[in-house]
Amino acid sequence: MATTLQDPPITPELIQKHGLTPDEYGRIKGILGRDPNYTELGIFSVMWSEHCSYKNTRLLLKGFPTKSEKILVGAGEENAGIIDIGDGLAIAFKIESHNHPSAVEPFQGAATGVGGIIRDIFTMGARPVAALNSLRFGELTNPEVRRLFAGVVSGIAHYGNCFGIPTLCGEVYFDKTYEGNPLVNAFCLGVLRHEQIARGAAKGIGNPVFYVGPATGRDGLAGAAFASQDLTEESAEQQRGAVQVGDPFMEKLVMEACLELLATGAVAGIQDMGAAGLTCSTCETAARANTGIEIDLAKVPQRAPNMTPYEIMLSESQERMLIIVKRGREAEVQKIFDKWDLPWAEIGFVTDTGRMVVKNNGSGVADIPAKNLADEAPIYQRESREPAYMKAVREFTLNGITDTTDPTADLSQLLAWPTIASKNWVYRQYDYLVRDNTIVPPGSDAAVLRIKEDSLPPLPNGQKAPAFAEKFIALSVDCNAVYVYLDPYEGGKIAVAECARNLACSGATPLGTTDNLNFANPHNPELFYQLRKSVEGLAEGCRAFNAPVTGGNVSLYNQSPAGPIDPTPTVAMVGLIEKSEHITTQWFKAEGDVIILLGDAIDADDPLQGLGGSAYLQLIRGEKTGLPPRVDLVKEKNLHDTLRNLIRAGLVKSAHDCSEGGLAVALAESCISNHRARGTDTLFGANIDLTSINSSRIDALLFGETQSRIVISVAPSNGDKVIAQAKTSGVPAVQIGEVAGSRLSIKTKMMSIDAPVEELHDQWWNSIGRAMAST
Amino acid sequence: MIGWRFGCYATQVKAKITVTPKKAVLDPQGKTVQDALAHMGYKGVEAVHVGKYLEIELQDGDKAAYQKQIDDACHKLLSNPVIEDYHFTIE
Amino acid sequence: MNFAVLQFPGTNREQDAVHILKNVLGHSANLVWHKQESLGNVDAVIVPGGFSYGDYLRTGAVARFSPIMQDVQRFAASGGHVLGICNGFQILCEAGLLPGALVRNKSLQFRCEHVFLKTATRNSPFTAKIPEGTLMRVPIAHGEGCYFADEKTLNDLKVKDQILWQYSDAKGGLTETANPNGSLWNIAGVLNESRNVAGLMPHPENASEPLLGSADGRAVFESLVHSLANRANFQPA
Repeated sequence: MATTLQDPPITPELIQKHGLTPDEYGRIKGILGRDPNYTELGIFSVMWSEHCSYKNTRLLLKGFPTKSEKILVGAGEENAGIIDIGDGLAIAFKIESHNHPSAVEPFQGAATGVGGIIRDIFTMGARPVAALNSLRFGELTNPEVRRLFAGVVSGIAHYGNCFGIPTLCGEVYFDKTYEGNPLVNAFCLGVLRHEQIARGAAKGIGNPVFYVGPATGRDGLAGAAFASQDLTEESAEQQRGAVQVGDPFMEKLVMEACLELLATGAVAGIQDMGAAGLTCSTCETAARANTGIEIDLAKVPQRAPNMTPYEIMLSESQERMLIIVKRGREAEVQKIFDKWDLPWAEIGFVTDTGRMVVKNNGSGVADIPAKNLADEAPIYQRESREPAYMKAVREFTLNGITDTTDPTADLSQLLAWPTIASKNWVYRQYDYLVRDNTIVPPGSDAAVLRIKEDSLPPLPNGQKAPAFAEKFIALSVDCNAVYVYLDPYEGGKIAVAECARNLACSGATPLGTTDNLNFANPHNPELFYQLRKSVEGLAEGCRAFNAPVTGGNVSLYNQSPAGPIDPTPTVAMVGLIEKSEHITTQWFKAEGDVIILLGDAIDADDPLQGLGGSAYLQLIRGEKTGLPPRVDLVKEKNLHDTLRNLIRAGLVKSAHDCSEGGLAVALAESCISNHRARGTDTLFGANIDLTSINSSRIDALLFGETQSRIVISVAPSNGDKVIAQAKTSGVPAVQIGEVAGSRLSIKTKMMSIDAPVEELHDQWWNSIGRAMAST
Repeated sequence: MIGWRFGCYATQVKAKITVTPKKAVLDPQGKTVQDALAHMGYKGVEAVHVGKYLEIELQDGDKAAYQKQIDDACHKLLSNPVIEDYHFTIE
Repeated sequence: MNFAVLQFPGTNREQDAVHILKNVLGHSANLVWHKQESLGNVDAVIVPGGFSYGDYLRTGAVARFSPIMQDVQRFAASGGHVLGICNGFQILCEAGLLPGALVRNKSLQFRCEHVFLKTATRNSPFTAKIPEGTLMRVPIAHGEGCYFADEKTLNDLKVKDQILWQYSDAKGGLTETANPNGSLWNIAGVLNESRNVAGLMPHPENASEPLLGSADGRAVFESLVHSLANRANFQPA
């Protein structure tokens, strides 16, 4: 194998710098039958990094349920999973992280994260029609956190808005644990007809391989390997060159061109160049098709002078696609690229050798068996051990915690707490309306969008798709990472349960799940335990709600000198709503409506009465401990089924689940979250009477986070019917009040909450804006 | 080889163009930068205007002839006379 | 009626416009690619929203030089009706078909939210059917929607009744808090002097069906259709 004069010699230090163990190096030698050269070492290093190969988590991920009769493309098969939604239509969706780049350069890190996940969707042949994201930062009192937060949000806005996709759902958490290591998880969903599914396989010996998109530069060099290292001051500074710069306008053109191209039938295989760019796309497509690929780097468009083969193969320049074209149909392809004024180049061809061969102006630069490289990274069974801190967590009791003396003040504080407060400061920077399909915009439990004819990618020969009634898709993303930290298994179950609950509140039935596992160093047995147990919890949750995992992402090594982040397995779920009449939102609708609590007010078996790990305990009592509330998945599913039936019967006017902040916060939000227009909100008061509920503690009753509870409002004439129907289905139901006046009044046996809703609204709506206005 | 030598010795003509917002137009970016400078402790800053700088590399030729062309381009495309002023040099 | 909906590289609300015209109002609407030199035989032209040419240099600055814009200029000069929405408004201003210019939002952030629009004049093809005394609740979604024109131009607009819509609060007050982007005089949309070309920053096409939360925007398109149908010597295309 040729080595260029500048290539450094392969030394143990160089191998280690590439994140490879001596053992892994030995494997590489075995596969090649010789030592790798410098370029080949770089190639293995990125393909066998955690980000690309999941070598530390593959075994755990096998525990996820991944099948259902609606799954058309399953987890692990391609770049994104695909689920049938009826009438010959399907949706492709996935979530992915871009944590480390966002810590270094928040705007571009977040922007390119959005770009990357959008590509994963249209590479499957689907038209991207919705985006959402889950963001985590440190506390907003820290100016550095405010800088990262502002940068990430404007980066997401910049990319999504310019590309033209509505970013219509999301969650944002603020916790000290993320101070040195913010999390940016970006999700995208696309639509297509069954027959439009495209595969990332290099099929057809002799077929030409095309490159489309901007020229390759030095951006993102070894980004995948970068993502697999702990973040320190030094690594951040060094890696400044590693952050990619995105161009959403270019991506929009590339997408339109690719969808037009796919409609011609001239494409044999297509894959985006994401992490590990040219390397990943060439070996993965070859591996999937059991073929080989040969490319010549001299043909790859380059925009930086004197790029080495190593740099070209590992570059993560954005908005590039690899397209395997059916031989003889090159002209059709070129015509479409020219129409959209896109740079393109024919860079290679498909072979039958099963090897990925890279040349540079004819001389060999790398020669690696594709399957070994793409599919046979080592798999590790890491050691796991229950963390020492969990003992104290289990032993925590409420004995040392005095009950609240001013629940009104507590409620006010909770509503203003950034994690609970309205996120309008964020989502008003996102175009959440483009494409004219947003039915429920950000601000309710789940976002809802419609699918209509123009949501589809173009069909062959300008055909029209068979007509179909508009479809309604609901989206939610959730994870209470504090629960996962305190009890990884239960926390994992709850992340899924909460997602499904949010979907149920919008009238939707879950279809499938995608997960982004954000954890710390897997070599630490205590941290690996968190990973293992939360994945078990997630898996059980997905099974309970019939929402198989269609794919996802793992991001490890999320820690900083201050320590590891709380384990954060973000869950995004997609559901289907049968009819537009079933679409339900979380705010009260009319004076006089009756307010009903579905579910047990307090879990009698929970010694902490729902306060373990709660927002109230953290914010008001300064404690981040205690076993989180338990979730009974059977009970939870029954609650969702019952609510959906009530919604279908036309009996429910609003539905909102109880989560952070408990019942009081859920009630307040139901009163204050109906936003009509700029400066114009439709606020309702409520008279709530909880005196019939037995509780030894008022704080637990008002702010405890007992699971499986939903607050609904119904027309006065339907109150009794709804309660009776719920009880028949085995769901506890009790009328707790009615929508009335302009104050929120919650009476309990001992103390009351009483506040004008306008004041509560102001605290909740403006909290984050005020925090960000301070320089 | 000849082309390389020529590239080495030929003087390249460059148009350097500055586009700035008209005084009458609201410049919130300028205001934000001004506030940031004050916050950082820089004294005596009266105003900040944020504009654009463009460089156009031209083939070797008559600078006077380029004057008219660049002025035209500035007027039609590179600036919007409703909201921006421009000035440029050709060197 | 036959509508042309222009499509530039980076346009992203062309389907939204086609949908309201075709599927909601039942007219013919076709996408016209920016490289085409002729609009064909159309009754009106819609220049839709998006980020044509990535908003490079200035928003709308490059799109106005696209081949199709020559025919749009000719069409407008001969009295044809043209409606520019958001990026479309920006392109028409750059092209000199509308007075003034759009600059960056005062907040320096992109803004997506519903606002109230007060219709300033019913004497135009684009507002003729908007019910008197009503405010329209429609969304905005832009980063550069701050309308600017010099004093003379603004006064001209006022005197010649060329201001079409202004941002208002729920009670119709043209207040500063109701203004989402810093536009002078809360101007959201304007008309040209010959009253056949209009531009507005808000998106009436995203507020034309009850399912989307507001159908107030529909009246803008209905006004246009009504005006086209009642032109003297009208010949449907």
